[in-house]
Amino acid sequence: MNIVVCVKHVPDATANRTFRASDNTVDRAGVDGLLSELDEYAVEEALKIAEAGDGEVTVLTMGPEPATDAIRKSLQMGAHKGVHVSDDAIHGSDAIATSLVLAAALKRLEYDLVLCGMASTDGVMGLVPAMLAERLGIPALTYAVEVSIDGDRVTVRRDSDTAVETVVAPLPAVVSVTDQINEPRYPSFKGIMAAKKKPVETWTLADLDVDASQVGLDAAGTAVTSYQARPPRSSGTVISDEGDGGVQLVDFLAAQKFV
Amino acid sequence: MTAGLSREHEEFRAVVREFAVAEITPYIAEWDKKHYFPVEVVHKMGDLGLFGLTAPEGYGGAGADFTSLCVAIEEIGRVDQALGITLEAAVGLGINPILTFGNDEQKSQWLPDLVAGRTLAGFGLTEPGSGSDAGATRTRAELRAGEWIVNGAKQFITNSGSAITSVVVVTAKTGERADGRAEISAILVPNGTPGFLVEPAYDKLGWHCSDTHPLTFTDVRVPADHLLGERGRGFSQFLATLDDGRVAIAALAVGCIQACLDMSVEYAGQRTSFGVPIGAKQGVAFQISDLAVMAEAARALTYKAAAIKDAGAPAKVFRQAAAVAKLYATESAVTATRIATQVFGGYGFMEEYPVARFYRDAKILEIGEGTSEVQRILIARGLGLPVE
Ligand SMILES: Cc1cc2nc3c(=O)[nH]c(=O)nc-3n(C[C@H](O)[C@H](O)[C@H](O)COP(=O)(O)OP(=O)(O)OC[C@H]3O[C@@H](n4cnc5c(N)ncnc54)[C@H](O)[C@@H]3O)c2cc1C
Repeated sequence: MNIVVCVKHVPDATANRTFRASDNTVDRAGVDGLLSELDEYAVEEALKIAEAGDGEVTVLTMGPEPATDAIRKSLQMGAHKGVHVSDDAIHGSDAIATSLVLAAALKRLEYDLVLCGMASTDGVMGLVPAMLAERLGIPALTYAVEVSIDGDRVTVRRDSDTAVETVVAPLPAVVSVTDQINEPRYPSFKGIMAAKKKPVETWTLADLDVDASQVGLDAAGTAVTSYQARPPRSSGTVISDEGDGGVQLVDFLAAQKFV
Repeated sequence: MTAGLSREHEEFRAVVREFAVAEITPYIAEWDKKHYFPVEVVHKMGDLGLFGLTAPEGYGGAGADFTSLCVAIEEIGRVDQALGITLEAAVGLGINPILTFGNDEQKSQWLPDLVAGRTLAGFGLTEPGSGSDAGATRTRAELRAGEWIVNGAKQFITNSGSAITSVVVVTAKTGERADGRAEISAILVPNGTPGFLVEPAYDKLGWHCSDTHPLTFTDVRVPADHLLGERGRGFSQFLATLDDGRVAIAALAVGCIQACLDMSVEYAGQRTSFGVPIGAKQGVAFQISDLAVMAEAARALTYKAAAIKDAGAPAKVFRQAAAVAKLYATESAVTATRIATQVFGGYGFMEEYPVARFYRDAKILEIGEGTSEVQRILIARGLGLPVE
């Protein structure tokens, strides 16, 4: 069984993230990047499925040169090989263009199952999995909290506030997983050493027959028009109880529209 | 980047740091207060492969170098010293003697579980009457009818009484040599052997989450094949064991110094007095500069010694480097905790702040696996001085 996991290299969410003043795109140079935390769950799920049967896990990423770190981390966790789509023209791509490029790459790979995180920790749109499935003409099963494979069918569980859904689809399919699905492993030293010898291919848009005019900032359907630094955290409100503490608490919560 | 460390070592360092911050930091204050030994963290460290770093792949290990083990100990120790020593002792004192001196049967019996972090082993050398003078062992083992009969007591033995301790290696007098000195051998005593009593854990100044017990042996019988290594070689075996352990303790001390540095830099930037951050005062800032120098110097000495071991240099060269690293790193760690506590002022004396825990934990570094005085003796001897 061939599993492809789509992963993204994102600016560290715990660092001071910002945009580039020149074109309002995410500043990737000023902040350390890493494998999007939400994608670690997808890598872990792929490894579990592969380990339970006879599977091979390929990690696919699109991004500038440092994005290869996201592939390496996945390989250290245990994935078998990596594909990195890197091209200057990709800079500034939105979800539509990202899904176009990833779909083009997937068409050159063998896959029975495509796994994605539920969203990236920088853009947090969560659109790429569904767009990808649409472009590939295969089912999309999103926000899975449980995945099981049975022959040529995939079954997932989705939890919502009001219902628990079980969704079944034929393979191949695209499945996005939430952070509730598993506990991603840490790479071991053995895994780190082994990753050095695993194959990583780098593809350009030309390799994928994707026209550069379809991607990048100019082709994007969305644009960041302006941005502001987060306002400094204001100090909290302390209510001292002089008999009317309860009323004051409720007033506060009501003012914040919590009740 | 630390000189002598590869990119893979540094990547592994980042993983262990992430692990320690996620799995230990949120709980450690509570565990420390309760003197709780977190078996679940031992299992998780096992899953991460920390116990098996230097063990061959055949036993479930990674077959990696000693340097990688030092990196792991430093990073765990940076978050908590007690769990750092749990790892250090589990590998250096538990796994190492069996790996180095055990026969194939002993290795396949004990190592897979130890390497996986499913079990722990202790190493009982110190006795109530002999610590630095470990050759003066009074515990005796007699070979009778195919069995060793062990009698005696061991003191301060790490990882010897946890819920997952499987075996303790004890040194014992097994006879007299031709020159009249004691013949010392090492014997594997499985947990639960009748007559082998694990006394209640000590009430320690620090290292509250580390498992330390006195052990007594009353007519404990184990089969003759539980001898570890050669009969009569027990003394030289534990000397070799301790050389490795010293560098590992130095790595633990580096973690302690780094923690002091990190905490102090952060606090000195936040805490204000006389209208400015205390870090604006030279009296504070200069002390923190000293912490940075100590961290760098101790780290350099530690990884130099580790590299000497990994390069397979002669034992004498390694012994000297190990003693130098242990002495400098551990004495610096004690100084570093004193400085960090000072930077924190009254808050540094409160258990609410981790700096207080590091302050309590650091002192033992100058004592365990050879006191500072013993290191100075070793170094002087290495210099050819006729020190007593
Ligand atoms: C928490 C903890 C965990 C431990 N874990 C283990 C373990 O797992 N296994 C184990 O076998 N042991 C263990 N030990 C024991 C430890 O290694 C000894 O405590 C240490 O070696 C010192 O021995 P001692 O306590 O008998 O002190 P002593 O040897 O009595 O020393 C007392 C003082 O005299 C000094 N001194 C002694 N001889 C000389 C000399 N020739 N010249 C100058 N000064 C000298 C010492 O440096 C020290 O300052 C542990 C100890 C502690 C506290």
